Amino acid sequence: MAGHSNWPEWIYVAIVIALMTWVGAEAWEAERLIEHVPEDAEVIKVIGQQWFWSFEHEDGTREIGELHVEAGKAYKFEITATDVIHSFNIHDYVVLLDAVPGRVNTVWFAPDKAGVHDIQCREYCGLIHYNMRGTLYVEEPST
Amino acid sequence: MTMLELQKPRPIWQIMFSTHHTDVGLLYLITSLAFLFLGGTLALAIRAELFLPGSQIIADSMTFNRMFTVHGTTLIFLFIIPFASAVGNYFVPIMIRYKDMAYPKLNAIAFWMIPPAGALIWLGFADFTWYATPPYSIISAPGPAADMWIFGLKILGISSVLGAINFVVTILKCKHPDMSIGQVPLLAWSFLSSSLIILVAIPTFAAALLMLLTDRLGVSGFFNPALGGDPIAYAHLFWFTFHPEVYVLVIPAIGMMYEIIPRFSRKPIYSYNSGVFAFVLLSIVGFSSWAHHMYATGMSFTEKTVFMVGTLAAVPASAMHVFNFIATMWNGRIRFSTPMMWAVGGIALFFSAGAGGVVNSAMPLDFSTHDTYWVVGHFHLFVMGTIAFGSIGFLYYMFPYVTGRMYNETMGKIHFIMSFVGTVMVFFTQHVLGLYGMPRRVFDYPPIPEWITMNQIASVGAMIIGVSMVIFLANMIHSSGKGRPANTEDPFGLGGKYYYPFEARNPHH
Repeated sequence: MAGHSNWPEWIYVAIVIALMTWVGAEAWEAERLIEHVPEDAEVIKVIGQQWFWSFEHEDGTREIGELHVEAGKAYKFEITATDVIHSFNIHDYVVLLDAVPGRVNTVWFAPDKAGVHDIQCREYCGLIHYNMRGTLYVEEPST
Repeated sequence: MTMLELQKPRPIWQIMFSTHHTDVGLLYLITSLAFLFLGGTLALAIRAELFLPGSQIIADSMTFNRMFTVHGTTLIFLFIIPFASAVGNYFVPIMIRYKDMAYPKLNAIAFWMIPPAGALIWLGFADFTWYATPPYSIISAPGPAADMWIFGLKILGISSVLGAINFVVTILKCKHPDMSIGQVPLLAWSFLSSSLIILVAIPTFAAALLMLLTDRLGVSGFFNPALGGDPIAYAHLFWFTFHPEVYVLVIPAIGMMYEIIPRFSRKPIYSYNSGVFAFVLLSIVGFSSWAHHMYATGMSFTEKTVFMVGTLAAVPASAMHVFNFIATMWNGRIRFSTPMMWAVGGIALFFSAGAGGVVNSAMPLDFSTHDTYWVVGHFHLFVMGTIAFGSIGFLYYMFPYVTGRMYNETMGKIHFIMSFVGTVMVFFTQHVLGLYGMPRRVFDYPPIPEWITMNQIASVGAMIIGVSMVIFLANMIHSSGKGRPANTEDPFGLGGKYYYPFEARNPHH
C-alpha cells in the first residue's frame, strides 16, 4: 500500500525470529547432551509385540511386562519389535522411542532413586494397544 | 454482491446436475456440513467413552479404534477440505471477476467423487487411524475396511488435485484483464497458495497409498519388514504430503478471516502485501518440516535438527497473519456480529495452537509430548479452534448471500460462546493430560486420579460443543427457510461501503 509504513510488523517479525532462534538453540544444546550415552551404560534389549513388552538384560535374564533396574546406574535400551510398530515409553523418565520391526533404536536413562513407574505403548498397535502396559521397578543398589 | 441461490426454489436435480460454480459450491457446502455432524457425533461418543476408566458406552476396543479413525478421516477429508472448496467455489470466480470456474465440468466431477469416497470410508469403518501405519495396516488391520479406506482416500486425493488445478487456472488465467495478481483479494490468494501445495504434496501420498494396497495384497513388500521393506519410508511419504496438507487446511481458513476481520472492523486490511507474503512463505516452508512428526522413530541428531529448524521457520509466517489481524482491528470500529466473534476467537486459538507447536518442535520436549493427548489437544486447536472456527464464522457471513435470509443472531452468538468455552475445556485440558503421560488412541486407561479429572473436564467440554452444534443446526435449518429477509446490500448493518467493492452477477448459463 502506497505511503503505508509497516515498521511495527518488521520489528514484531524480528522479535518472533529471535525467539524461535533462541528456542532452537536451547533445544539443540539440550538434545545434544541428552543423546550422549554414558560409556558404562548397561544394555537392556526391549522387544515390543502385540501386546506386551519383554526385556533381556546383559546377563541373559529375561522379564516380561516388568523391568527391574537399580537406582544410580545408567541403562541403554536397544528397542525393536517383532510384528508392528510400538513405542516404548517410561513417561516419568521421558524415555520414548519407537519399537520398529527390522530396526534397533537406542535410548538411555539413569534412574536416580528407587520407585515404581509405568511403562506403556505410545504408538497405536491394534486391539489391546490401550493395555500394552508394564511396570518399571527401580530398586536400591544391591551392593 | 449477488449470489442468491436459494431464493428461487428449484428442483433438487437442477442443483445436483448443475456445473455452475455456486451450485457446486452449495453441494460442497451441504456435503461438508453433513460430514461435520457425522464426524462430530463420533467425537462425542469417544469423549463419553473416556469419561471414566473402563468400558462405558462402547463395547470393545476395536469399535473404539474404528470410531476415532473414521472421526479423523471424516473431519479432515470430508468436512474441512470440502468446506473450503465450497467457499472457494462461491467466492473465487466472483472475486477475480469471471463468470464461473475455469473448468465447470471438472469442478462438478471433483465434487461428485466425494460422496462415493465418503461412503467407502463410512461403510468400511477401518481401524488403523487416519495415518494407516504399516506394518499394522498391512499385516494386522482387518479388511475389507482397510482396503475400502485406501480406495476412499485415493478418490479423495484425485478430487483434491482436480479441484486444485481448477482453482490455480481460474485465478491465474481467468482473472479480469484489468486486475493484476497484486489486486486479487487475500481469500483468493489463500486458495491459490493451498492449491499449489496440493499439487506438489498429494502425488507423494497417492504413490504411498498404492504401495500400501499392493503390500496388503501380498504382491509387494515396500513397507513390510518381513519382506525387506521399511515402514519408516511410509512415514516419510505420508508426512511429506500431510504436513503441507496442514497448511492446505489452515490457509483457506485464514483467508476467510481476512474477509471477515476488515469488514467488521470497518477498516482496510493493515497490510495486504504481508498477507500475500505470509501465504506464499507458508506454502514453501511448509515442505521443510514434515519429519518433525517422526523424532521418535529413531532419527539421527542431524535429521532432527534440520526438521526442527524447518518447523520453527514456519512460525514467523503464521505470526505475520496474527499481527495483520490485530493491526487491522486496532482503532477499528469493530462490530461483534457472529462472524466476527468466530474469527476473533479463531485467531486467539490459532495463536495458542502455534505456541503449543513450538513446544512440540523443540527436540527434547517432543519426547514428552509425542503421541500423548498433548498432540491431540495441539492439532485440534488448529482443526477445531482455527479452521472450524474460521469456517463456521464464514458460513454465518455468507449465509445471507446464499439464502437471502438472516440467521438468528442471538443463537449464533450462543453457538460461538458455548463452542469457544467447550473448545478451551477440551483441548487446553488435553494438553495438560498429555503432560501427565496419557497416550492417544486408547480405549481405556488406568484409574490415575489426574487422568480421570482431566478426561472428565474434556468430556464435559465436548458435550457443551455438542449442544452448541445442535443450536447451530436448528438455526441454519430454521433461518434458511423462515429467517427474516436479509438486506443483501448490507446484511450486517456495517454501512454498505465496507463490503467487497464489486458488483458481480454470475447468472446461470
